[in-house]
Amino acid sequence: MTAKSAPKPRKTTVKSTSKSTLKFPKETYVKWYKDMLLMRKFEEKAGQLYIQQKFGGFCHLYIGQEAVVAGTVSGSRPTDFHMTAYRDHAHPIGLGTDPRVLMAELYGRSTGCSKGKGGSMHFFDKSRNFMGGHGIVGAQIAMGAGVGFAEKYKGTDNVAFVSMGDGAVRQGALHETFNMAMVWKLPVVFIIENNNYAMGTSVERTTNVQDLSKIGASYEMPAQSVNGMSPEAVHEAIEMAATRARKGEGPTLLDIRTYRYKGHSMSDPQKYRTKEEVAEYQAQDPIEHCLNVIKENKFLSEKEIKEIQDWVNQEVAESVEFAENSPYPEAHELYEDVYKTEGYPFIVEY
Amino acid sequence: MKTVQFREALREAMSEEMRRDENVFLLGEEVAEYNGAYKVSQGMLDEFGAKRVIDTPIAELGFTGIAVGASMNGLRPIVEFMTWNFAILAADQIINSAAKMLQMSGGQYHCPIVFRGGNGTAGQLAATHSQSFEAFYAHVPGLKVITPSNPADAKGLLKAAIRDEDPVVFLESEKMYGDKGEIPEGEYIIPIGVADIKRKGKDVTIITFGKIIKVAHEAAAVLEKEGISCEIIDLRTIRPIDYPAVVESIKKTNRCVVLEESWPLASISSEIAYHVQRYAFDYLDAPVMRVTQTDTPFAFSPTLIDEALPNVERLVKAVKATLYRN
Ligand SMILES: Cc1ncc(C[n+]2csc(CCOP(=O)(O)OP(=O)(O)O)c2C)c(N)n1
Ligand SMILES: [Mg+2]
Repeated sequence: MTAKSAPKPRKTTVKSTSKSTLKFPKETYVKWYKDMLLMRKFEEKAGQLYIQQKFGGFCHLYIGQEAVVAGTVSGSRPTDFHMTAYRDHAHPIGLGTDPRVLMAELYGRSTGCSKGKGGSMHFFDKSRNFMGGHGIVGAQIAMGAGVGFAEKYKGTDNVAFVSMGDGAVRQGALHETFNMAMVWKLPVVFIIENNNYAMGTSVERTTNVQDLSKIGASYEMPAQSVNGMSPEAVHEAIEMAATRARKGEGPTLLDIRTYRYKGHSMSDPQKYRTKEEVAEYQAQDPIEHCLNVIKENKFLSEKEIKEIQDWVNQEVAESVEFAENSPYPEAHELYEDVYKTEGYPFIVEY
Repeated sequence: MKTVQFREALREAMSEEMRRDENVFLLGEEVAEYNGAYKVSQGMLDEFGAKRVIDTPIAELGFTGIAVGASMNGLRPIVEFMTWNFAILAADQIINSAAKMLQMSGGQYHCPIVFRGGNGTAGQLAATHSQSFEAFYAHVPGLKVITPSNPADAKGLLKAAIRDEDPVVFLESEKMYGDKGEIPEGEYIIPIGVADIKRKGKDVTIITFGKIIKVAHEAAAVLEKEGISCEIIDLRTIRPIDYPAVVESIKKTNRCVVLEESWPLASISSEIAYHVQRYAFDYLDAPVMRVTQTDTPFAFSPTLIDEALPNVERLVKAVKATLYRN
């Protein structure tokens, strides 16, 4: 097949990166840079380790999509909730989870964020309100709305952010959920991490409506397309949607146009797209963009930039060390965390 | 005979049936342009075109319902699920629609349809991606359920399934697709509902199905060295179960161990054990034993996987228990 080119992300809203026109302060750019660099380096390392067979299972990398998480985290509050699919390494990193426990989870160690029971696809961190890591495509759409339901029920003004792929939006449960979320005005932001492909299938081949922001139209759900290569654009859209949710006005749908530089998983020959297409997006790399802003505005000295880079590399190296020195779960742990009931009578024959 | 991979045997079955009957078609996620997530349908788009090898969106409930409806209206769909774990979303159409149609319509409408895909554990894929569905679907009257354990059986049984007038659940394994085996050169069909004795023996009958049969073969080899002769019965079809084959073997060996990859409660092993005590009671010299997966969700870590899955050691122990040896 011939690879068709992806929908173009809108041009970045920050046309000039000079200080006078910047909408975000130095601290935001520095945090975005640091967080996204950690996500990137963590996953580059994870990819290498996977190829070296240091751990097994599936491994879906978020590389290229980091601005979506960076903007979502900066545009939300620490009391909000986050849920996503199996491409879930970057979300907890953005939310501040220690990368050590994430690497340990990839390695299937008992010190991992899910005690080695979930693996790459099932990261969880309750202390950061990160509610997974879900391997069944689309499962989190309704659950995420339920998280928002509970916040509304409890009378808080917290918001649930639910991420899903462009492939996941084809699940029927999305429509049932969108309808109820609108009827009940649930405080939810539905985020499509639209990287234009579901495994080898482009958006173009699975829908009559290329503009995914229109999916909410029959429910009159407010929606918008967002440049997902720009943390600024993501932040602004997230903040607007969150404000609406906090005011009790209900959900918003954000079609965030992003791109994964790597294959769907580690075993994807990527025949469905061209190298040029990948390069086109790499040229808009959000980490490079933040670094440029930082440099052009002299937010940090070369030395300070180097310190961040060294810190990131150190964190990643220590994560690997931590994981490799951690124990595997013991056999009896198989029977733990299955029921909350103490002493549940499992059938045990051997 | 010729040697092929499991995936090739399945592909041959589908392709031969599609050449023979133009009402047969294949649909599912990534089956066409990507040549199948596990390359089972490789090259089929090229041969049969986009009308008959159809990529679907990730919408299991919807595309399964469409296929069931098409089967009510004269077509013979093959629905590929990337794995059976994802078919849980489609279970409504399989169980509530396809399985019931003939009876509910008083015999007017029926569903000649095959649902197929990878089943069971496949390494470190964690809880949601590692489930076996034999017992789930075998529970449902109106369905037929097949679990082949080698390429030859896979091809002959899949052809039978495609020609069958009833809905068939066909359970494969991501871990078996690369397995090689001999298959006959020409066309052949293996009837649904007939078990196969994969190893002849006289002391103990091991009843099993699907890819876990490899553990049975290894255990039988170990036990042979200790002078214990095992008969291995591969059920191949889980609904209907070939009960006579099971009972006949036990009449000969007087001992029975069931080996199952999935969980113990409400399982195929419990069903076999019931049947054996009811219909071969007088022939039994020891209680029926079983080796199954632990009664827990499948976890990611390799140490927990080792603990969860049936293995040679446990099977050897169970076989010896029926002989009162240790
Ligand atoms: C219900 C279900 N069907 C199929 C799969 C297999 N599968 C895993 S990821 C995937 C593609 C999803 O693509 P998308 O939603 O765009 O997310 P992305 O991988 O691009 O982040 C598929 C089909 C699954 N995990 N769950
Ligand atoms: Mg996608």
